[in-house]
Amino acid sequence: MKRMVLIGLLVACLFLAGCAGQQGSEGSAQGGSGSEKSCDSKNPPLFKDGVLTVATDKPAYPPWFEGGPENYSGFEGEVANEVAKRMDLPIKWVVEPFNKSYAPGAKDYDFDINQITITPEREQAVDFSDGYFDNAQGVLALKDSPVADAQSVSDLKDGQLGAQVGTTSLDFINETVQPNADPKVYDTTNDAKSALESGQIDAFVTDLVTTVYLRDFEIKNSEVVGQYPRNEQFGMLFEQGNPLVGCVNQVLGEMKEDGTLQKLQKEYLQQYLSVPTLKE
Amino acid sequence: MLGGRAVLVSSMSTVLFFAVIALIVVLAPGSEVVAERFFDPFHLRQSLLGTESEPSVAGAFLLNVYIFTISELLILILALIIAVVRGIPGPVFFPFRMVAIAYTDLFRGIPLILVLYIIGFGVPGLGLGVVSYLSDVTYGIIALVLVYSAYVAEVYRAGIESVHESQNAAARSLGLSRWQSLRFVLLPQAVRRVIPPLLNDFIGLQKDTALVSVLGSIEAARAAQIYGASQFNYASYVVAALLFVLITIPLARFTDHLIARDKRRRQAGTVA
Repeated sequence: MKRMVLIGLLVACLFLAGCAGQQGSEGSAQGGSGSEKSCDSKNPPLFKDGVLTVATDKPAYPPWFEGGPENYSGFEGEVANEVAKRMDLPIKWVVEPFNKSYAPGAKDYDFDINQITITPEREQAVDFSDGYFDNAQGVLALKDSPVADAQSVSDLKDGQLGAQVGTTSLDFINETVQPNADPKVYDTTNDAKSALESGQIDAFVTDLVTTVYLRDFEIKNSEVVGQYPRNEQFGMLFEQGNPLVGCVNQVLGEMKEDGTLQKLQKEYLQQYLSVPTLKE
Repeated sequence: MLGGRAVLVSSMSTVLFFAVIALIVVLAPGSEVVAERFFDPFHLRQSLLGTESEPSVAGAFLLNVYIFTISELLILILALIIAVVRGIPGPVFFPFRMVAIAYTDLFRGIPLILVLYIIGFGVPGLGLGVVSYLSDVTYGIIALVLVYSAYVAEVYRAGIESVHESQNAAARSLGLSRWQSLRFVLLPQAVRRVIPPLLNDFIGLQKDTALVSVLGSIEAARAAQIYGASQFNYASYVVAALLFVLITIPLARFTDHLIARDKRRRQAGTVA
C-alpha cells in the first residue's frame, strides 16, 4: 500500500513537471517575440480583439476621472477616450488597484491610466507610454497649521508631513524636504484627509491637482501652501514588452502636436494649476 | 522513538514532498518573473536596509516590536481585571458583570481594523484636549489593547472556571477571604493552565501590529509596501514576512515547551 502511494506521488510529480515545463517553453517564446516595440497600427495587439481595455483604480477621483466606469470623462478619462478614438476602437474600463498593477504575470487589460509617475525603477518591472501630463507636488495644510505660511521647501522641515503610500509625494518628502520627523503614510487620500483635519499631520503632500481639488471641494479652512515641480510625468502603464506601447505613443504624439492634449488639460485641469511655487 | 526504517521513510517523504513543491514552483511558466519580482537578492537586501527615499523594513520592524511589547503588558493586566470582574458573585455586582460581558462581546465582534479607524481617526476628530492629541501609535496601541483584552479575558475566564470548585471551598473553609482565595488559590492555578492559549493570542497580536499602519506610522508591512510601490518589486514583502516569522518562532516554540512541561507534570501527578 505504502509503495503504491509512493509510486503514485512520483508519477504525479513527473506529470506535473512535464505539464509545467511545456507551458514554460510556450511562455518564454511569447515573451521573446514581444520584446521589440514595433506596433502595427492597422492591427494592434490587443488584450481583447476589437476593443481597447483600459484600467484604473477604484474609486477614481475627479478631475482625473468624472462620471462612472461605463463612460468616464475627466482629464485621464478623456485622454484614454481620445486614444481609443484615434485607434478606431471602442473603450472598455476595468478596475486595477495600484498595488496590483506591477504584479508579475499577464495583465488583463491593455493599459492602466491612474496618475502613475514614470520612474526608472518602475520601468524595470513594467513599460510606460510617453508622458501625457507634467505633474508637480502640492502641499495642502489647514490655515492654522504651523507650515501654512511656508515659502520654501526648507520651511516644511519642522512640520509633521503626511502622504499616501505608493506616491512620488513620499519621495519628494524624503528626498527633497528631508523633514525632522518621519512622514506619516496613509492607504488612501481619504485617510490622509482625516488625519489633516484632526491635526494628526500639519500638511498633506500629494499631486498638485488633488491638493487644489481637496481645498476647493473637500476640506474647509485649508490652503495649498505651494507647488513643487520635480520633472515628473504621468504615463500609461503596460505589461513589460507589450508592443502596443508603440501604437499608443504614436497616437499620444499626434495628440501633443495638434494641441488636443493641451486642450484637454485646459478644459479639466486649468483651475487646479495656478499655485505659487515653493523655493528650495 | 522512531525505528531506522521509520526515519528513512519519513526523511524520504519529506524530501519528496518539498521536491514536488519546488519543481512545481521552478517549472511554472512565470517562475523567472516571480523569482525576480519576489526573491531578487538585490531588492531583498536593499529593502531590508532601506535607501535614501525608502524606509528600511528592518528599522520599521522595531516599531512593531515596540507596539506589541507595550500592548502585551497592558493586555495581561486589563484582561485579568475583566475576567475577575466577570466572575464576582453577588447581585450588587450585577452591573459590573454586565459591563464586562458587554465589553467582551463588543470587542470580540468588531474587526480590529474598524476599531483602529474609529479610535485613530475618530478620537482625534473630537478635539477633546489631551485625549485627542495623542500620537497615532498610541491610538494603535489602545485599539490593540481593547480588542485583544476581550479575547485574553475569555482565556483567563476559561482558566478560572477550569479550577475545581472544591479548591475555592477548601480555601474559604481554611479562613481565606473571597479575595485571598482568588489571589492565592484560584488565579495561580488558572493562569498556569492558560499560558499556552494566551501566548497563542499574543502570536496573533504580533502580526496584527501591522494593521496599526493604517493610522499613518511606518511599521514593517508599510515600509515593505512603500518600497514595493516605489521600486515595483515585492521582495520587500518577503523580507517583512520573514521578520514576522523570525519573531514568532521563538514564542511558538516556547508555547510548545510550556505545553509539554504541563503535560509531563500532570502525568507525573496521576502516577503519584
